[in-house]
Amino acid sequence: MAELTKKIVSTPNAPITQAEKPKRDAKDIGSKTKHSIVSRRTKGDNIFDAFNTVFMLVFSIVILYPLLNMVAVSFNDGLDALKGGITLVPRVFTLKNYQHVLSQQNMLTAAKVSVLRTVIGTLSATLVTSLLAYILSRKEFLFKKQLSLLYVVTMYVSGGLIPIFLVYKALGMTNSFMVYILPGMVPAFSMLVLRTYMNGLPDSLAESAMMDGAGHLTIFIRIIFPLCMPVVATVALFTAVGQWNSWFDAMLYNRMNSDLTTLQYELMQILNSITSSKQQTAETMKNASATVTPTSVRAAATVVTALPIVILYPFLQRYFVAGLTIGGVKE
Amino acid sequence: MFKDPDFGKKLKNQKALLLLSIPFVVYVLIFCYVPLFGWIMAFQKYKPNLGFTKSQFVGLDNFKFLFRNKDFMLCVRNTLMMGVINLVLGTICPIIFAILLSEFRFNMGKKFVQTVSYLPHFLSMIILTGIVFDVLSMENGTLNKLLMGIGVVDKPIQWLAEPKYFWWIVGFANRWKETGWDSIIYLAAITSINPDLYEAASIDGAGRMRRIWHITLPGLKPTILILLIMNVGNVLNVGFELQYLLGNDLVKSVAQTIDIYVLNYGIGKGNYSIGVAAGIFKSLVSIILVFIANTSAKAMGEESLY
Repeated sequence: MAELTKKIVSTPNAPITQAEKPKRDAKDIGSKTKHSIVSRRTKGDNIFDAFNTVFMLVFSIVILYPLLNMVAVSFNDGLDALKGGITLVPRVFTLKNYQHVLSQQNMLTAAKVSVLRTVIGTLSATLVTSLLAYILSRKEFLFKKQLSLLYVVTMYVSGGLIPIFLVYKALGMTNSFMVYILPGMVPAFSMLVLRTYMNGLPDSLAESAMMDGAGHLTIFIRIIFPLCMPVVATVALFTAVGQWNSWFDAMLYNRMNSDLTTLQYELMQILNSITSSKQQTAETMKNASATVTPTSVRAAATVVTALPIVILYPFLQRYFVAGLTIGGVKE
Repeated sequence: MFKDPDFGKKLKNQKALLLLSIPFVVYVLIFCYVPLFGWIMAFQKYKPNLGFTKSQFVGLDNFKFLFRNKDFMLCVRNTLMMGVINLVLGTICPIIFAILLSEFRFNMGKKFVQTVSYLPHFLSMIILTGIVFDVLSMENGTLNKLLMGIGVVDKPIQWLAEPKYFWWIVGFANRWKETGWDSIIYLAAITSINPDLYEAASIDGAGRMRRIWHITLPGLKPTILILLIMNVGNVLNVGFELQYLLGNDLVKSVAQTIDIYVLNYGIGKGNYSIGVAAGIFKSLVSIILVFIANTSAKAMGEESLY
């Protein structure tokens, strides 16, 4: 996969030899256009730039507006929101929607399970996958090719929904927390990324520790794993986002157990209850005194569910860039 | 390897590594390879109480049933159509966005747009579905308001109740979520195009559009082709979550996909054999599609996956 990415990104450009090719990095994206703009600015350029600026503005609005609108509705009185016309600021400000969401027992359970599965799932998957990557990056290991292949194949071949469902059921993983943790424990792609990074670390590190009598586990935990932090962080963040956002496993395996519900699954339940409009009025009537409606409750629940991602997001973006430049570290 | 005279000695020396790797072998066998044996069910009339060994072997009957089944054929059509729409939009939109972004001169604005465009990628499908419901809603939906505001329609459209809109709604919802993210790889490819080419072209009098057309696009061609081949193999894999969450009885005929069929008919109704057969059919078609795409790319003298 690493080679593939390289293949995708490298674009052969006709008559320039390697020696002449100037060194560039991501910072230079703008410079080529800047240069030509300085040399000649035509009327066409101006029109293009004007169009482009408008496009980028519209694009940003299309992405941000629905999200900000959701936030505004979540802070607005439920019955008032049904009248419509709320855009970016709440009209009748209230915290009742959040109070309602956070007072529901199933939402609290769901939040707890979601946090637990994200924390435990991410920590265990990252550590275990790194250990596999460590084993496979040992040059002396006799079966490294065979074991790698065993994992790489899983990226392309899968038993499919029903066989997997039956196997998990036979393993007693239905109605259990383990179904959130075990299946995604060793993602092959993460393993490849980690292994590539570890292969780039100097052999001398492990060798000298070995001389001093350290075992593999010690070398892994004390030396190699800490050195892999940039790429480990990237892998961990992607695993965490995946854990936090997944809902299908909760529906398929743990529907019967309300103690194992997750935030995404609860949000889906709220969503489903709204789609039938009859229920909407019924619910509204029931909650008339509280002035919350399913729509406003859903907005609040959505904000609660999305909040951790939005808070983590700036870090995520930084580590993602770190992940892209992994190849840079060599002996 | 096994002919190596020191093999036994080497094996002894790496006892620790071997011991460490055993759990990983067991894990991958149980979680990834044991389910593969479930494919046998597709050729059986599988009964859970009888198991693999005693269930009746029926050859290709399950597949024959599927091809004669109207519901399943509808699912195949829907999956294919939504897959193709996703493939076309998913190829064109990120390329255009990447090119425009690379030509965007205002550096602060560029960072901002990039940050904003990646954000939806990290939101869950459930949240995406909620946003689609909001934007397309009859009562206060943004889209209906906008269209009525500029006078394109005079009464709100029930977007999610009309079968003719459904595929496009799924296509554009996916684009809202992934366009920014998918553009990253094209942006990286644009960065690696030699800037001298642009300079030479502009000295020769080529304007912005001509430079994009004659330098950027040809420079992106290998990237576009490889991603296209990879995505062709995934055409059937696009249809599940959004369709499942957005679908309702009114648009059932266009919203059901192969995966939903497997879920409802296979797991929901306990027809494991039929469900597994449908899954195998999907995998087979995917493999054939990758093969065709790769062969045609090779025939055109372009880069290919293998």
